[in-house]
Amino acid sequence: MDFTYDSEQNDLREAVAALLTRAYGDSEARRKVTKTDPGFDEKVWTQLAEMGLLGLPFAEEHGGMGAGPVEVAIVAEEIGRVLAPEPFIEAVVLAGGLIDAVGTDAQKGEFLEAVAGGTSLPTFAHAEIGTRWTPTASAVTATEAGDGWTLSGAKEPVPHGARADVLVVSAALPGGGTGLFVVQGDATGLSRTGYRNHDGTRSANVRFDGTPATQLGTGGDQTQAIERAQAVARIAYSHESVGAMDTALRTTTEYLKTRKQFGVTLNKFQALNFRAADMYVSLELARSIALWASVVQLSDGDVVTAADRARLLTSRTGRHIGKDAIQLHGGIGVTAEYKVGHYTSRLTAIDHLLGDGDFAADRLAAKVGSYPTVDPLGAPYA
Amino acid sequence: MQLQLSPELQAFREEMRTFFTTQVPQEIRDKVAARRHPTKQDFVTTQQILNAANLAVPHWPVEYGGRDWTPLQRHIWREEMQLAHVPEPLAFNTSMIGPVLAQFGNEEQKDRFLAKTANLDIWWCQGFSEPDAGSDLAGLRTTAVQDGDEWVVNGQKTWTTMGQHADWIFCLARTDPTAEKKQRGISMLVFPMDTPGVTLRPIELLDGGFEVNEVFFEDVRVPSENLIGEVNKGWDQAKFLLGNERVGIARVGGTKGMLALAKELARETMYNGAPLLEDRRYSSRIAEIENELVALELTALRVVANSADGKPHPASSVLKLKGSVLQQEVTELIVDIAGPLSVASFAEEGSDVPDWARVSAPEYLNYRKVSIYGGSNEVQRVIISGTILGL
Repeated sequence: MDFTYDSEQNDLREAVAALLTRAYGDSEARRKVTKTDPGFDEKVWTQLAEMGLLGLPFAEEHGGMGAGPVEVAIVAEEIGRVLAPEPFIEAVVLAGGLIDAVGTDAQKGEFLEAVAGGTSLPTFAHAEIGTRWTPTASAVTATEAGDGWTLSGAKEPVPHGARADVLVVSAALPGGGTGLFVVQGDATGLSRTGYRNHDGTRSANVRFDGTPATQLGTGGDQTQAIERAQAVARIAYSHESVGAMDTALRTTTEYLKTRKQFGVTLNKFQALNFRAADMYVSLELARSIALWASVVQLSDGDVVTAADRARLLTSRTGRHIGKDAIQLHGGIGVTAEYKVGHYTSRLTAIDHLLGDGDFAADRLAAKVGSYPTVDPLGAPYA
Repeated sequence: MQLQLSPELQAFREEMRTFFTTQVPQEIRDKVAARRHPTKQDFVTTQQILNAANLAVPHWPVEYGGRDWTPLQRHIWREEMQLAHVPEPLAFNTSMIGPVLAQFGNEEQKDRFLAKTANLDIWWCQGFSEPDAGSDLAGLRTTAVQDGDEWVVNGQKTWTTMGQHADWIFCLARTDPTAEKKQRGISMLVFPMDTPGVTLRPIELLDGGFEVNEVFFEDVRVPSENLIGEVNKGWDQAKFLLGNERVGIARVGGTKGMLALAKELARETMYNGAPLLEDRRYSSRIAEIENELVALELTALRVVANSADGKPHPASSVLKLKGSVLQQEVTELIVDIAGPLSVASFAEEGSDVPDWARVSAPEYLNYRKVSIYGGSNEVQRVIISGTILGL
């Protein structure tokens, strides 16, 4: 058992932190960037590509760095720390991860190198109105048409669905099951309406009307691959949450030390300090379980359950820290001019993208009777 | 990074597990598993078995019986012991006065006490808290006045856990009432509980049990060689001791065992025609507690991996705070599983209420203590906000 970062990982963290702090260390810069489409800074996206981060988890033969889940976690945490709006998790970890997991060698060669180079930004068009957080699709259906396929139906909300140039789309297969397809951004019969989310990122309504699509991989039901890819993304989001919670708490304690009321700084009030102490407890527990989930992934353990555990705890702790960070600031915490509320907004968005705490708790609850105790260092995690 | 324990540590864990589950009498472990209080003899028998195998005081200096283990090995040792329902070596001996003697005692005191302390030939109790000095320990008022080569002790201690079994007491007393800071002018004395002038009054707790006591001192004469460390420097020893007290206080193994029991009980308890374990509210509650317990265990592992020189990591306050809350949540869960049967605490023969349900509410009430002792959770919040967050 070893949960310590090695020197290369520490170097990676420093380099990512330096880049992102240059871009978003001043929270006003993020506010400005997220006001206009595409909701992130294309220059920063290019810089991330130049550092190799957009190909971090992909094999070197596909233009990637061949790095592991812990390196991905480090980048996600640093993104969370400054709320960098670049869609690293959405495009690289989730959409790219699906192409990497399911795609043929030719597809990996075609798409991943472009993702790693920053010239292509894929997204996973999966969510449908009327269902939530399932690994299956129903509102978009796939139909065989000659050598290829066409898709019909609607997906929403699709992360960065208007900006993405490649859509990985889940769709109900004619014979049952859920397949995965690739749709190019300029395909016929594709219409996309983008909008701004409360956290400054972007989503879109994406409609398919007999839209030509290519099967990702060798076809067939991909429910398990989707489940796994979402689990990996949930783990990455848990690290983004930890980074965001860390800054939310740090910002709050700085505020308590400087803001004066009744002639004294707020940290003279034990009622406030105790709430900050409880936030620290939440943060440390979240940090532990997020890191563990990444190491489970590294060990090829039960990544779906590990992700549910990380999701459950970062949901609970994210809400706790997010809400109390605003409360301890007072009115300024609710303003858009001040940064802390944006952290709460982002934590809230993360909490609902791929499943909230109750969702994860339900899945874990269904299994509690099947084993007496959990050994986080043993089966099924190791 | 790596998830699995190294093969050496896996073997170590297996060795501990095998020892605890085969060498400690089943009858004693069953009692702990059934949430019944072990007797004094159970504690003594167990600790002497452990000590004979050099497993009672592994954290002591090697020359006094310690094992020079890594913090992770000690963690595994403790967790396996709790999982196997082994009564732990008496904390007053092994975590409190033993390390203090090893660190601050003179050679004569070490020779006199350490081996017997490790073997529980001497049962120690702790004379720290007083009626007006609880969380504010430095406010203690018990006095010790020098008279020739003796100290004369007067005052009162309270919350003296298992004092009724104790042979000796280690006691903080004010030896310089004129000291400017109240932390100065305190010394640590040790003396037998049957010294003339020592009287003990048991305090009945909410669960009907007797585990704490009041101890009164009336002109108790203590030889001056029984003073540990330097005169008026007892606060240093107290701080050292209280720092050790927090080690292992997450009690993850013990709580895991209780939660496993709760699952079994929920499986056997029917509600609306189905096992309570299948009731969504119960299974969710178990899942939430279990998940926090996983996070706590992982945090404990991070803390032990980063603790240098045996000094407690500042985040050990997190372990105490969350560890105590989770222990309490599981005892509360078990009372709720018992439901109406939980009222039958003192039923004897002729009652059909199962044993576990009888003890559930007393134990729940008794476990309110865990967020109070060892530095109350409010004290831990003061430590976190002050030491860690700089507030």
